[in-house]
Amino acid sequence: MREPLIFEISSPGRIGVNLPKCDVPQAPLPQGYLREDLPLPEVSEVDLVRHYVHLSQLNYGVDKGFYPLGSCTMKYNPKVNEDAARLPGFVHTHPYQIPCIVQGNLFLMYQLQEFLKEISGFSAVSLQPAAGAHGELAGVLMMRAYHESRGDHKRTHMLIPDSAHGTNPASTTMAGYETVQIVSDARGNVSLDDLRAHCDDTVAGLMLTNPNTLGLFDEHVQEIARLIHECGGLLYGDGANLNAIMGIVKPADLAFDVMHFNLHKTFSTPHGGGGPGGGPVGANDVLAPFLPGPVVVKDRLDEECQSDDEEWEEEEAYCYHLKMPASSIGRLKAFYGNFGVCVKAYTYIRMLGAAGLRQASENAVLNANYLLSRLKSIYPLPYDRTCMHEFVLSGRLPDAPDVHTVDIAKRLMDFGFHPPTVYFPLIVPEALMIEPTETESKEMLDAFAEALIQIAYEAKAKPELLHTAPHMTPISRLDEVRAARKPILQCPKS
Amino acid sequence: MSYVPNTDADRGVMLKAIGVESIEDLFRDIPDSLRYPQLSLPTSVSEPEILRELREISEYNVDLDHAPCFLGAGAYRHFVPSVVGHMVGRSEFYTAYTPYQPEVSQGTLQTIFEYQSMICALTGMDAANASHYDGATSLAEAVITAVSAARGKRRKVIVSAGVHPEYRAVVRTYTQGMKLTVIGDETDATDASVLAGMVDTDTACIIVQNPTFLGYLEEPAALRALADAVHAAGALFVVSADPISLGLFAPPVDYGADIVCGEGQALGGGLNFGGPYLGYFACKKQYVRKMAGRIVGQTVDRRGERGFVLTLSTREQHIRREKATSNICSNEALMALAAAVYLTAMGKTGLREVAELCYHKAHYAANRLSALPGYELLSERPFFKEFPLRCPRPVDEINDYLLNEWGIIGGYDLQRDYPALPNTMLVCVTEMNTKDEIDVLVEALPAMEEEA
Repeated sequence: MREPLIFEISSPGRIGVNLPKCDVPQAPLPQGYLREDLPLPEVSEVDLVRHYVHLSQLNYGVDKGFYPLGSCTMKYNPKVNEDAARLPGFVHTHPYQIPCIVQGNLFLMYQLQEFLKEISGFSAVSLQPAAGAHGELAGVLMMRAYHESRGDHKRTHMLIPDSAHGTNPASTTMAGYETVQIVSDARGNVSLDDLRAHCDDTVAGLMLTNPNTLGLFDEHVQEIARLIHECGGLLYGDGANLNAIMGIVKPADLAFDVMHFNLHKTFSTPHGGGGPGGGPVGANDVLAPFLPGPVVVKDRLDEECQSDDEEWEEEEAYCYHLKMPASSIGRLKAFYGNFGVCVKAYTYIRMLGAAGLRQASENAVLNANYLLSRLKSIYPLPYDRTCMHEFVLSGRLPDAPDVHTVDIAKRLMDFGFHPPTVYFPLIVPEALMIEPTETESKEMLDAFAEALIQIAYEAKAKPELLHTAPHMTPISRLDEVRAARKPILQCPKS
Repeated sequence: MSYVPNTDADRGVMLKAIGVESIEDLFRDIPDSLRYPQLSLPTSVSEPEILRELREISEYNVDLDHAPCFLGAGAYRHFVPSVVGHMVGRSEFYTAYTPYQPEVSQGTLQTIFEYQSMICALTGMDAANASHYDGATSLAEAVITAVSAARGKRRKVIVSAGVHPEYRAVVRTYTQGMKLTVIGDETDATDASVLAGMVDTDTACIIVQNPTFLGYLEEPAALRALADAVHAAGALFVVSADPISLGLFAPPVDYGADIVCGEGQALGGGLNFGGPYLGYFACKKQYVRKMAGRIVGQTVDRRGERGFVLTLSTREQHIRREKATSNICSNEALMALAAAVYLTAMGKTGLREVAELCYHKAHYAANRLSALPGYELLSERPFFKEFPLRCPRPVDEINDYLLNEWGIIGGYDLQRDYPALPNTMLVCVTEMNTKDEIDVLVEALPAMEEEA
């Protein structure tokens, strides 16, 4: 099922767009500034549409089926979110319009800040960051700015559990800190002994994901917070796993100082094949002044903002402005965050309300535990505890020494499922990290469990079937080593 | 309504299988005293209600379908062909995750590969990545790439005042913990020879924007000379460029760029009040392994069929952790798809046509506006689709008048970022501005002086 490259179906003279004629006198073009050739493809509109439709058919998405990619929260994305974000009154607004004529946008952003504050318990939220890792960078820079503002320059280390996402240590490096890895204990919690051994006045803070990437709620989270705060450090929350605890517990109540949200995980905005996301960051009173900006603030309606719309004035005696927080780390991107993504998250939160959010988390955790109950007698479970929204098995099957997690993952595709996250977290050998989310039915979970049970049987009886998998996909297993060794990163120039 | 399909009956069976009595039993690890806080959120609403609510909220905006607009300054209103929305709206694309499993992600992977190829075609670079968050963050990543290419031994970054003020701010935010010196924009001078004079052996890179934030086209020979000075000192030459301008003007490879990056929103993206946008990033081949972000490469499958995979992952956070080239994970893949569809629709001739339309209309506007009493062009330098216009009074006063009396959204007030440019409006004209709109603006400005 090979789809040609768009450059391969190009034919000179074709064009896929109908542009207006020039309705003004032409000005002379500056000689010596112009390009000679522009090697873009030339295709008609119908060629274009068929090409991209064919390509879309080679993809697997949540709308096609179960996508239990651990740590990614691939829940169903309600269609109304898409319609909401495409309202022309939102799409066709320029970021530099004066605040008086974008009060709708600013109101929505303000409300979303308020919703996220309420869900997390933090005292302020900035919508600036465009993704989770971007929010992490914001949070770590805020921690740095806080220590610097106190003249505390000895803090050079960030403590990071060995189960953490790779983005945590990478963000730490970008912010100019050194990473110190803290080991996990036998129950999958942060080892308190190892943590104590590393808590001193060189510690800027700890980045904690809770529930962690094993899908476990750290049983000592309050003790961890106490230890970090006692040595003068701050507690960062990686909010990637917030989908387990909405309405169950507020991260700020667990003594996190700063945390990012993933709008594209928890709040149901689609992942887009890799983005756009949204990574707002929330902070307590201590760190709020350092938030990236601008943020939206609400003011009493002043004369400057008096609109002609009397109804608006009566209903809302407020107007909304953009403002940099007092000691802000600065801007993290141009303009104000991924507004279009914010519209989808706003829509989702408004439709679920407090009860719906709690219901989402409860069912995410129920689904994960149910799936775990069906699989734990078949696949090794390194940490046998009640899980949260996800769990981690090992693909190291006792009777099938030659079969690896990658084989199991590839074979799952033949059953029509997207594989789980594999080989992460790093502390579980041959990890299979499974996150079903709340939007899957019991029937779907059963079908997936049966596929994994069948694959475990095949691993023993006919391992070759796994080694050569997938068999039913548009393309068979790809040679990734070759791709990296001799990189071909663009179409060969004709 | 939480999009949960399971019923109470399903939940009962599942709880039994797990071996617990209630859902609450699953949350025992969470401290009792903190469990089940009250969330004070507005009462939930139904689907028709939320659509009505959002339409009402959106109508408190003045949107550009209802007001002629001369704002640019890094966010541009260009024509988006209908095919873009229809292709990007295919849920096989938008409900997929990052293509970690290539056998079921060839759609995303091949479109990114094609996008990378088109960015290389536009810029003349050897390789492009799958995207950054926006033009500002791709520039910040370019700085990090340049510092890393010098193995961290060069600590100075020179940035022209012609670079978007918010991009310069973001470079400073990103690098605040890295012990770098970012200089060059203390004055508003963007003269290539002045910048060349700052380059030394501690310089990691020099950054220019072309066209500049003020809309001017830098002279290719001057940029070439600057590139030579930069390279002689062993530093990298980074160019931030409006991709629409590259439909008409020389690709940055022609004047010695090592890294080309910029804002790709104009390639099929809406204005969306500033996001999501698209940071494009491309470089010469010797820097590929220092580049941040996802990269798609071509390979073969077991049967020898061509296919595509994420590649050179040993640069990335999920493999290298604290030693990664960047922390980037999610990017703007769907916006990159929009750009690929846009560039395909435009093709070789369409993009040039769009760029020429912008050029001619902007020059028509400049000629007419600068002929008005009290108005003049800041300089006679060549420009693309934006130009600074000196006005007889503060720009915010003019813009209030234009909006209130004529329903026009005027240009950007340059005094916000350039204190030396009071009463100067950055006027942007694209192919979306009709001759009539320009003529009305030309009529409106003198009317203000008469009324005053």
